[in-house]
Amino acid sequence: MYNFEFEQPSTVAEAVAALADEDAQALGGGQTLIPTLKQRLASPSKLVSLAGIAEMKGVSIADGVLTIGGGATHAEVAADACAPLAALAANIGDPAVRNRGTIGGSLANNDPAACYPSAMLALNATIVTNAREIAADDYFQGMFETALDEGEIITGVRINVPDGANYQKFEQPASRFALVGVFVAKTAEGVRVGVTGASEEGAFRWTEAEAALNGSFSADAVPAAPSADGMISDLHGTAAYRAHLVAVLTKRAVAAIG
Amino acid sequence: MPKDSGIGASPKRREDVRFLTGNGNYTDDINVHGQAYVHFLRADVAHATINGLDTSAAEAMPGVVKIFTGDDFAEVGGIPCGWGVTDRHGEPQQEPKHPIIAHGKIRHVGEIVAAVVADSLEQARDAAEAIELDLSDLPAVVNMKSAAEDGATKVHDDLTSNVCYDWVFGNGEDDAMEAAFASAAHVTTLELVNNRLVANPMEPRVAIGEHNKSNDEYTLYTTSQNPHVIRLLMCAFVLGLPEHKVRVVAPDVGGGFGSKIFHYAEEAFCTHAAKACGRAVKWSSTRSEAFISDAHGRDHLTTIDLALDADNNFTALRTRTHANMGAYLSTFSTSVPTYLHGTLMAGNYKTPLIQVNVKSLFTNTVPVDAYRGAGRPEATYSIERVIDKAARELGVDPIALRRQNFVTEFPYETPVALTYDTGDYHGTMDKLEAAADISGFAARRAESEAKGKLRGLGVNCYIEACGIAPSNVVGMLGARAGLYDAATVRVNATGSISVFVGAHSHGQGHETAFPQVVAEMIGIDESMIDIVHGDTGRVPFGMGTYGSRSIAVCGSAMVRATEKIIAKAKKIAAHLLEASDADIELKDGVFTVAGTEKSIDWGSVTLTAYVPANYPLDELEPGLEETAFYDPANFTYPAGAYACEVEIDPETGKVTVERFAAADDFGNIINPMIVDGQVHGGIGQGIGQALLENCVYDEDGQLLSASYMDYAMPRADDVPFYAVDHSSQTPCTHNPLGVKGCGEAGAIGSPPAVVNAVIDALQSGGHDITHIDMPVSPSRVWAAMNG
Repeated sequence: MYNFEFEQPSTVAEAVAALADEDAQALGGGQTLIPTLKQRLASPSKLVSLAGIAEMKGVSIADGVLTIGGGATHAEVAADACAPLAALAANIGDPAVRNRGTIGGSLANNDPAACYPSAMLALNATIVTNAREIAADDYFQGMFETALDEGEIITGVRINVPDGANYQKFEQPASRFALVGVFVAKTAEGVRVGVTGASEEGAFRWTEAEAALNGSFSADAVPAAPSADGMISDLHGTAAYRAHLVAVLTKRAVAAIG
Repeated sequence: MPKDSGIGASPKRREDVRFLTGNGNYTDDINVHGQAYVHFLRADVAHATINGLDTSAAEAMPGVVKIFTGDDFAEVGGIPCGWGVTDRHGEPQQEPKHPIIAHGKIRHVGEIVAAVVADSLEQARDAAEAIELDLSDLPAVVNMKSAAEDGATKVHDDLTSNVCYDWVFGNGEDDAMEAAFASAAHVTTLELVNNRLVANPMEPRVAIGEHNKSNDEYTLYTTSQNPHVIRLLMCAFVLGLPEHKVRVVAPDVGGGFGSKIFHYAEEAFCTHAAKACGRAVKWSSTRSEAFISDAHGRDHLTTIDLALDADNNFTALRTRTHANMGAYLSTFSTSVPTYLHGTLMAGNYKTPLIQVNVKSLFTNTVPVDAYRGAGRPEATYSIERVIDKAARELGVDPIALRRQNFVTEFPYETPVALTYDTGDYHGTMDKLEAAADISGFAARRAESEAKGKLRGLGVNCYIEACGIAPSNVVGMLGARAGLYDAATVRVNATGSISVFVGAHSHGQGHETAFPQVVAEMIGIDESMIDIVHGDTGRVPFGMGTYGSRSIAVCGSAMVRATEKIIAKAKKIAAHLLEASDADIELKDGVFTVAGTEKSIDWGSVTLTAYVPANYPLDELEPGLEETAFYDPANFTYPAGAYACEVEIDPETGKVTVERFAAADDFGNIINPMIVDGQVHGGIGQGIGQALLENCVYDEDGQLLSASYMDYAMPRADDVPFYAVDHSSQTPCTHNPLGVKGCGEAGAIGSPPAVVNAVIDALQSGGHDITHIDMPVSPSRVWAAMNG
């Protein structure tokens, strides 16, 4: 890696100030950024670690609202979040990844095969930053693209605990990221279906399935596979295969919720 | 009752204590005073002309010691190929120069273009980024079939084509083959791909070159399976150094699987650069570099035809294979698809007529060479898949079809030049049928079907030629090295023993198993015996470890040396006991005069050898140290039968291996636990090849599967617990231990079992699918089902 300066502020305000420098880069758990730096594919002048910020820690549930600090690790989410999201977090990467990687880091990176984005969409989550609150529907804007502004930090995530939810992940055989992942949730606003891994546009909601499931919440009601147009095609699966998996996994998630 | 020591016992592996407690001494653990670090600038395009290479800015960077380009190595030799194959017209293989650093042209992604030596690795990397490279891209030759066409872009301008050789082998002349196929009652044909693999040992390669100015001696520390071979190739062919001035040390090595047999450019570079720079030079491969610089494995495209008569007897077998050599000929590359593949095409069967054709091709990809099994897995896969397809076409039981065609009388001369000395294929298949509980399969299939899954059973046999090899035989076939091995047994005055062996242990457990043999022969405790290996400065000239040869070849040398030790020790004992040495018996470490109570223990005799006060000095030299070189009389022929059961999720196409059973005949076994472990590991790699691993280039010669994000290694939850049975034992007839070798069997025998099981499962679900190429990924299975 190239040389960089390193800061570890203890408050969000200090972090925001530190990130004002040109070419400064926020560092969450570093599970994507550190390998990128080691390969010399990025050269930030300064890394601002968010690991020392107490106000970004913790996972709690109160009055039906789940609050997760942006700095909470996957392991902490797996331990303390509501069951469907905890199960998702418990199957991200391996123990080393789960004990370093954070939900804020994952959401800010918005890898098209990451697990969390599908859950945020399906759970109608609110992404809380140092500056504002962003609805999940507005947050994800394509592969590695989000609504975050330069220097904006995800301080937390707020979710109304759903009536029922389930995540089905079909693993890419090498990376074990989601080849396709589908998160189905019964929320106060109705059934929502979030899909990751499949689309060239990143995580998306399968609204056709949502409409059908709002009519009848059963696996049989899940529509035929969505169009393969715009789906990812690579070594591990064609676009048609991914489209097919979207439907299969949606059915399985619905059946699991019952 | 199982033994607790000696041959046939299973003591825990003594080397694991240091490995598991972080006390291993791997090459990267070695640091030489004052060492500099090299960073290799590697090609990021597959094929290009180098118009210019400007290192002036880089040379001025902080910490830079020296920068090397192809010009600096233009006068030294290229990396040699260790096997010359003669083609069907009697012509030698085409053999381009394999430079240490690319000179004039780049021929694969990952090829070394320049080498920067600096005080620190980061400084070397910084400077490498300042090298200005002026390239003209050329079309990349990636696909083997188009590489073989007339007028294809050539990887090497000075060769006549991309064809290294077009080789034909076997007893089947063209006319005879045509007649056999024309008169066959049934012909089964299959086209298949033996997928390209990356070896991926746990430890990436490392090389440290050191030069001693006081005596002009070099030391190369390297991650090698065969330090003497590296010393010979590097000294005699590349750098032109006298062998006695060069010591090659391969300390603890974290897995090789073949990929650490070969002499690599980085080894010659670090040795040469140490003198040129006046200080030691160290290179540690990153995992990313390993993907584009370690030799790859397999990569065959094969068409195979099997002819059967009306009674389902095999009458003829014909294969045509394209084999990828990559951009240059790695050390044993040319032998793998020929003499390690074509010679195995008889399998376990008495097919009377066989013709093998292999066309090996140059492409703009990383060199391809031996990977666990090396040619034998490719042969086994082709044979066992086509037999399985034939059984399904004919509606006969695949096991019965195999049994009907088994070789049953030994020795058996195959149509492809080998003589199987011994075996019991029916007996081994009986063991498999029991271990796999084949009779219970129908019930298990019903259970799977009740869950909505398809279940399949795949069975296959394998045979391998191991213990490579009789030097005169392989010499006639083009080997440019002898393939004996050597051992020195040094008995110390107090009776403890160091055995210096030419074999190299990089996971095989030699340090545990070899002493079991010597302990058994002398009757002393294993803890009194240590193995020394991996250092040309300490061990006799041996050929190293690959091809499941260590115990069969080096173990035999060790037995011969130990026999010499015992013979001499008996003479000393006879002198001390005032008897004739012919009357001395050695048992449990005690020498006794036959028929008397007169005896003397091992330690008293060894002490006398070194303190020869009362000693027949006029007849016998003092000391107790003997060396033996052993050249095998034949290959050994481990053989076995494997069974795999898979479940397929018809909605996703995902295949899971539910059960796997292996019955192997390894002849006599020294340490059953280690043998089990070898088979377990091999099956894991075979399942990896069958279901997961795939090395893929795009049409520009860029490696798409260049990291673990895209190259799928098998993990613990991808494989089941294995049922292994090694009780079918027909000892090798021509080596002193009756051993055959076990290191590669699992990787050779398992891929066809997995694919046969997948096809069985799909056909049970009514799918008219006769073949899916490896890796049988969920996506491929789903595509086949929804064709």
